[in-house]
Amino acid sequence: MGNKSHITATINGEARDFLCEPRQSLLEVLRDVLYLTGTKEGCNDGNCGACSVIVDGVLLDACCMLAVETEGSSIETIEGLAKEGELHPLQSAFLEETGMQCGICTPGFLMSAKALLDKNPSPNEQQVRHWLAGNLCRCTGYDKLVRSVMKAADTLAEA
Amino acid sequence: MNKPETTNNEFNVVGTTPIRPDGLDKVTGRAVFADDFHLPNMLHGKILRSPHAHARIKSIDASAAAALPGVRAVVTGADFPVIEHKLINQGAAGMINIGELADNCMAKGKVFYDGHALAAVAADNPHVAEEAVKLIKVDYELLPPVMDVRSAMAEDAPVIHENLQPGAFIVPAEKFLPNAGRTQFGNGDTEQGFAEADLILEREYTAETIHQGYIESHVTTVNWDSNDYVTVWTATQGQFGLRDHLADVIQVPIGNINVIPLEIGGGFGGKERIYIDPVAAMLSKKTGCPVKVAMRRDEVFRATGPSSGTYIKLKFGVKKDGALVAADLHLAYEAGAYAGGPIFLGILSSTSRYNIPHIRINGFDVIVNKPTMRPYRAPGAPQALFAVEQMIDELATELDMDPIDFRMKNLAKTGDRLVPGFPLAPIDTVNLMETVKAHPHYNAPLDGLNRGRGLAYSLWFNLGETSSARIQVNLDGSVTLTTASPDLSGTRISLAMQAAEALGIAVEQVSPAVCDTQSIGFAIPSVGSRTTYGTGAVVCEVAEEILGQMRARAALLWEIDTGQVAVERGIFSNTADPEQTLSFNQLAGRMFETGGPISYHKTGNPQSFIPGIAAHLVDIEVDPDTGKVDILRYTIFQDVGKAVHPDYVEGQMQGAAVQGIGMALNEEYFYDDEGHLKNASLLDYRLPTTLDIPMIETVILESPNPAHPFGVRGCGEISIAPPPAAIANAIYDAVGVRINSMPMAPHKVCAAINAKKIAAAAAA
Ligand code: FES
Ligand code: FES
Repeated sequence: MGNKSHITATINGEARDFLCEPRQSLLEVLRDVLYLTGTKEGCNDGNCGACSVIVDGVLLDACCMLAVETEGSSIETIEGLAKEGELHPLQSAFLEETGMQCGICTPGFLMSAKALLDKNPSPNEQQVRHWLAGNLCRCTGYDKLVRSVMKAADTLAEA
Repeated sequence: MNKPETTNNEFNVVGTTPIRPDGLDKVTGRAVFADDFHLPNMLHGKILRSPHAHARIKSIDASAAAALPGVRAVVTGADFPVIEHKLINQGAAGMINIGELADNCMAKGKVFYDGHALAAVAADNPHVAEEAVKLIKVDYELLPPVMDVRSAMAEDAPVIHENLQPGAFIVPAEKFLPNAGRTQFGNGDTEQGFAEADLILEREYTAETIHQGYIESHVTTVNWDSNDYVTVWTATQGQFGLRDHLADVIQVPIGNINVIPLEIGGGFGGKERIYIDPVAAMLSKKTGCPVKVAMRRDEVFRATGPSSGTYIKLKFGVKKDGALVAADLHLAYEAGAYAGGPIFLGILSSTSRYNIPHIRINGFDVIVNKPTMRPYRAPGAPQALFAVEQMIDELATELDMDPIDFRMKNLAKTGDRLVPGFPLAPIDTVNLMETVKAHPHYNAPLDGLNRGRGLAYSLWFNLGETSSARIQVNLDGSVTLTTASPDLSGTRISLAMQAAEALGIAVEQVSPAVCDTQSIGFAIPSVGSRTTYGTGAVVCEVAEEILGQMRARAALLWEIDTGQVAVERGIFSNTADPEQTLSFNQLAGRMFETGGPISYHKTGNPQSFIPGIAAHLVDIEVDPDTGKVDILRYTIFQDVGKAVHPDYVEGQMQGAAVQGIGMALNEEYFYDDEGHLKNASLLDYRLPTTLDIPMIETVILESPNPAHPFGVRGCGEISIAPPPAAIANAIYDAVGVRINSMPMAPHKVCAAINAKKIAAAAAA
């Protein structure tokens, strides 16, 4: 295991460093090295969005990025979405509008939706659907998920 | 915003929409799903799977794998106990062939499908394990694969199992052909029935193999300790079924095993059987370390339990006035590698919603070289309805009758004798039909080219069977509710609400949890739409007992007879002196002066075969050039008995319908001629996305179920069944072609439209 790289990155606003092999994805490092298991694996090949994270402001699938590529970058994961014990409006909306059933897709949808609202604070239904099309949910049929995101946008607009 | 309406408000808690207690950890990423679980010193297991659909294993050489640094153990079929192949009766858990179940987890001698496990490695990390798996050399003797029900039932078909044991899914089949079992039902005399008919139609329908598509793949961690105690941490729909099957496969006493259910990321019927747990167990036994085995997504597709591809042949006879007189159904369902597919439920769901005096149903459970088929939400029903509800639509069209009037004419009502011989339990089928007919969607004009509207109707049976629940009242008045029913979608809250309703307290006072197999009594898995209904009924019985105990405590304090203590909405009172009262919390606070802790545990068996009904109405638009079908508007009408948490009820209806839409339009397994699965990824096996689906409207109906104190029926499964037929009927309405093959992929719709044009041109 002499081929590990030493990586320094900011994770949820905190400076962190870790060792990883070149073949390890960001997803694997988050989950199995840093034990940040909130980011989920649904496919490990970029097709489900369960592993959505935001790296330097860009939404991406953590399974499709190598951990060694994150040197010096700023990574946002689900664990950092609530600030000082305050839920993000998206998190509250998912609870109130029952935007989840089993909940395995939820962290990915939340991070995806956050990236959307960061860019476009008042999306219409079509824009929400377009943006979330890279995230799969097998339980909800998407209706309540989409409504949750729209409700969070409303809450943010009122704030 | 968009809170579903329900019809009665005689309850305090039931019918409201509190936030689920497990929700917070799910939106913050703290919830522990199967793959989020780690133990110190844990190894990682990976499985070698057959690349061939049908082959004899001549030899396995794992020496190079075992020699790879970081590898701790290798196992093959030879390391597993040899189990006799025969059907055994496990009571409420059904009939099962443990020998076949064991071979499905680890092949011995022969592999029966692409993806069949035949060796496994435990190593320090998953990458090393995966490299080691690739170093295992297997010598195969290839055998001819059989990839669909018709070739499996053909006269010269290669025989897959030298000695086929017919399987069972609720009822056992009889051996019929070398590759097929048969189950028959019937009433009356079909010959006479068809002689009375004014119109007879005969049609054939096919459907491809599909997968449940849960987003969390199968993951398990097993620790086999020095005393031969085995602990399993996994996501399962049924910890007790897993425990009992695992005990049989690895041959340890059931009492030595504890299964600890973690959060489960979807199941839909696909997580009630074992696949990787025995493998992780044997690797743990061999290494003396806990071992985690996580399936990759492609393994989930290749080697778990998808839902049957089918071939269905129908002959229906009807009188001029619209009365169905005769039906002959031939239903051939894939069983996959081992017998015991969902054929019985295909039979049951095919026609039970109509009264047909003369009917014969032949159901076939057919072995093919695909993974062993397992339940998928209303197992067998979508395929059966795709055929029968199209037939019904066609008959109504031929007779120029409104599709609802036609169904009303033949509608099974409470007490009518169903094909399997039992009467339909109370349910208001007429009200459902009348509600659809009066609904704005049914009456809205649908203008525009290539647009059409379709309807399909389903009746499904929800299970009761065996559930366990315990209520403990704590000193501060809080209540701990534990059950043996894994929560796939919010059932902890729906059970907590029922406990709160029955106890007369606030739902926030109740903490619900799902227990491991050492901490609670037996239950069959969370399947069959049974958790909120069946486990809920047991929770209510336990709550009644708790109230009884608490009345006795109050009687003790007041020095009166228990019979003189009344309780209403959490207030206990002395009927002789209404001034004398104690609240639930006050009485709880005095438990140690009145006899000690208050708790009760019960394992109960609520009634099964509780009917649920749903009608789906859909508007679509067909692109005539590409054959693509777009959903414009979708309304679900469903009778749920009583909606405990209407938001989650609506979520069940919508989620099920969207799975049905995926099945109708996109989803299928693609096998090549050699039996290799070609689309084992979430890119190529395409689930519906946000862009494919509009908002789904719902109408919740509530005709009470007398077998539950609040009238709950269960609601999880039925709405997956109608979408394929409703969409097929809408396609006919839009462009005048009948698509008899599922999925109704663009190329099929396009081909049918072109064939119609050519026929019209030829006729002109
Ligand atoms: S796990 Fe990364 S996209 Fe599915
Ligand atoms: S809530 Fe289960 S996959 Fe989305």
